[in-house]
Amino acid sequence: MIALKTFKKGGVHPEENKLSADASIQKLSFPKQAIVPLGQNLGAPSKPLVKRGDEVKTGQLIAKGESFISANLHAPFTGKVLKIDDAIDSSGYRRPAIFIDVQEDEQWEEGIDTSETIVREIKADKQTIIDQIKNCGVVGLGGATFPTHVKLTIPEGKKADYLIINGVECEPYLTSDHRLMLEKGEEMLIGIKILMKALEVEKAIIGIENNKPDAINHLNELTKQYVGISIQPLKVKYPQGGEKQLIKAIVNREVPSGKLPIEVGCVVSNVGTAVAVYDAVQKNKPLIERVVTVTGKAVKKPSNFLVRVGTPIQLLIDAAEGLPENTGKIINGGPMMGKAITSLDVPVVKGSSGILLMKRDESQRNSPQTCIRCSKCTMVCPMGLEPYLLAKLAKLSLYERAENEKIMDCIECGSCQFTCPSYLPLLDFLRLGKNKVGQLIRSRK
Amino acid sequence: MSQFIISGSPHVHGEENVKKIMYTVVLALIPAILVSIYFFGIDAVRVLLIAVISCLFFEWVIQKYLIKGPVTITDGSAVVTGLLLAFNVPSNLPWWILVIGALVTIGIGKMSFGGLGKNPFNPALVGRVFMLISFPVQMTSWPVAKPLFAESITDAITGPTALGLLKEGLDAGKTVDQILADPSMPDYLDRLTGNMGGSLGEMSAIALILGGLYMVWRKVIDWQVPFSIILTVFIFAGIFHLIDPTYYVVPSFHLFTGGLMLGAIYMATDMVSSPMNISGKWIYGIGIGLITIIIRMWGAYPEGVSFAILIMNAFVPLINNSFKPKRFGMVANKK
Ligand code: SF4
Ligand code: SF4
Repeated sequence: MIALKTFKKGGVHPEENKLSADASIQKLSFPKQAIVPLGQNLGAPSKPLVKRGDEVKTGQLIAKGESFISANLHAPFTGKVLKIDDAIDSSGYRRPAIFIDVQEDEQWEEGIDTSETIVREIKADKQTIIDQIKNCGVVGLGGATFPTHVKLTIPEGKKADYLIINGVECEPYLTSDHRLMLEKGEEMLIGIKILMKALEVEKAIIGIENNKPDAINHLNELTKQYVGISIQPLKVKYPQGGEKQLIKAIVNREVPSGKLPIEVGCVVSNVGTAVAVYDAVQKNKPLIERVVTVTGKAVKKPSNFLVRVGTPIQLLIDAAEGLPENTGKIINGGPMMGKAITSLDVPVVKGSSGILLMKRDESQRNSPQTCIRCSKCTMVCPMGLEPYLLAKLAKLSLYERAENEKIMDCIECGSCQFTCPSYLPLLDFLRLGKNKVGQLIRSRK
Repeated sequence: MSQFIISGSPHVHGEENVKKIMYTVVLALIPAILVSIYFFGIDAVRVLLIAVISCLFFEWVIQKYLIKGPVTITDGSAVVTGLLLAFNVPSNLPWWILVIGALVTIGIGKMSFGGLGKNPFNPALVGRVFMLISFPVQMTSWPVAKPLFAESITDAITGPTALGLLKEGLDAGKTVDQILADPSMPDYLDRLTGNMGGSLGEMSAIALILGGLYMVWRKVIDWQVPFSIILTVFIFAGIFHLIDPTYYVVPSFHLFTGGLMLGAIYMATDMVSSPMNISGKWIYGIGIGLITIIIRMWGAYPEGVSFAILIMNAFVPLINNSFKPKRFGMVANKK
């Protein structure tokens, strides 16, 4: 057994609560109406190519990513475009989306291989791979939804040494990546091989926390067939899934403040993204579905579903045997970084990794007391920041000082607030501060 | 609009809260409390109770009638302050001095700055130093420890502490060896277990260290502060001992007498008034160690821990500003 690694600075140990770890991935039925938001990726929203009344086939391109950081969007269902209108998405804002009336019998766009047969041989060359990933609208499925083709386009003068695959899933409760590694291991490894070819790297390392021994063993077995891919078991610690923390843990390199992983010769991708890359390149299948965990202490049947983008979360919750009566909060994502959402009509998007239903008594925050200067927030900050100070500076609108104290390095992992014995809403203030400092920095340009 | 709660991440919280931290400190103090009761009997109980009750009372009165804000006496911080105040006085201190001390501790040391979390100085030490200056006689007449069950405790006699004996002896021109050989001087074992004169909580280094280890394990204090204080005292005292063993006592004497252990483990580590970052904690600890030894060796008082901590408390904002945590991603930048 290889020695366990982890990142050194900070970190916390929230209760894992991986209730759905043993629930195998189930295909979810289709909704009557789908809402496909146009802004599903980091960067510019996609430009719609369809209009009201158009018939669309599953997998058909319906919106195009036009600027450099943007992604294509495909019809997740067969049906008719009802309208293009604003809809509440997981951010809580109303944003433009394509509404589709879903038709029961599905028709796929031509040229898409929908069979389950695994295609192992990688025929595409570097450029074809990147183009295909771009065409199929693949974005990072770990949550950041950064367009993958952009990530694969390495800037002039830089070189990647390692492809690091994030199989950490350090967020409590979530198990979609875990199940994917167990059930789509082969597809994932082929996807990784494809990414390696596109990046021209010899080595790929999959980081997995050792609370998933089954995934580690399973992939260790499978990787014997795949030269250059290895598994690195990691000690359980949050936020190990943070890009910078993961790189530090696995190859012991520190991404400089304000820079991207490529600065230290690394590209990080998530296990779900690798599977999406496989689908795109080997099967010509665009990214229209993903695995979503539905979980929570009161949820009757914590599950992992294979869901089409655009499906309202109500449908997922129904499939997990309903919304528990005492639900106080619905979170899109995990409990550490996920977003509370207001409505069950919010659709699944490319970046949705889980729906967490929290009981009412777990949902309330404790009322904040005064800072007792215990320095616990500083000790757990994985970025070496002083959250109590940054929160204070943000509160006092001292943004220049906050900038000097590196507020923009905050990865919003929430470790500080999780730890604070006085229940201070540190991250609320940090987000506010980051927002203002971000404006300040942009205004200087 | 919606029956669901909306708030920013994170949506879960760890186990820790202020009350728990404070009561962990109380728990850590229990061995030392038991030792003090063993040595000083009912007097110890009296002092502990008066100190804790007065601190709670004054905090309540001030919060309710002066500040007219929320009353937070149940958070445990006043209990901790009260216990530590009691630990810093002789067991035969008249009750009214203690009550005045508690008023200064809570009123000036804590509340005048805005209450818990805002006080730059350790409140119990503010109270102690106030009493020491205002009531020097009562504050420095130490009842000699009388182990419980050994003899009747009513005829407690008073005498100087080990450090006091040392200072007196040196001032009288004796050598260290002569002073240590004096029968009134507690021997090594006495110093370790607490069988000597001194304030309530100074008695047993073992009991204090036990509580300290518990607090480090529970992450209520960081080991850097006590460790750096003790190490500094040991090294500094050791150097001078090597230079002139007739005038400078062996360093271990400094470690196990007076308020050093109490100060290093419980007073200097006070979260509110100590530095926030690891490098700062080292600087702070080294500073306290140095000032303590300087006062003990050359100052007017036999004991210097309290002053040393208060002086370094004053430097904490500066230390926090100058010694930042190691930021992530700063090493690579230098290349
Ligand atoms: S949220 Fe930001 S400040 Fe708080 S621990 Fe995470 S990185 Fe540090
Ligand atoms: S953890 Fe909370 S109480 Fe402790 S220093 Fe940070 S903000 Fe203050």
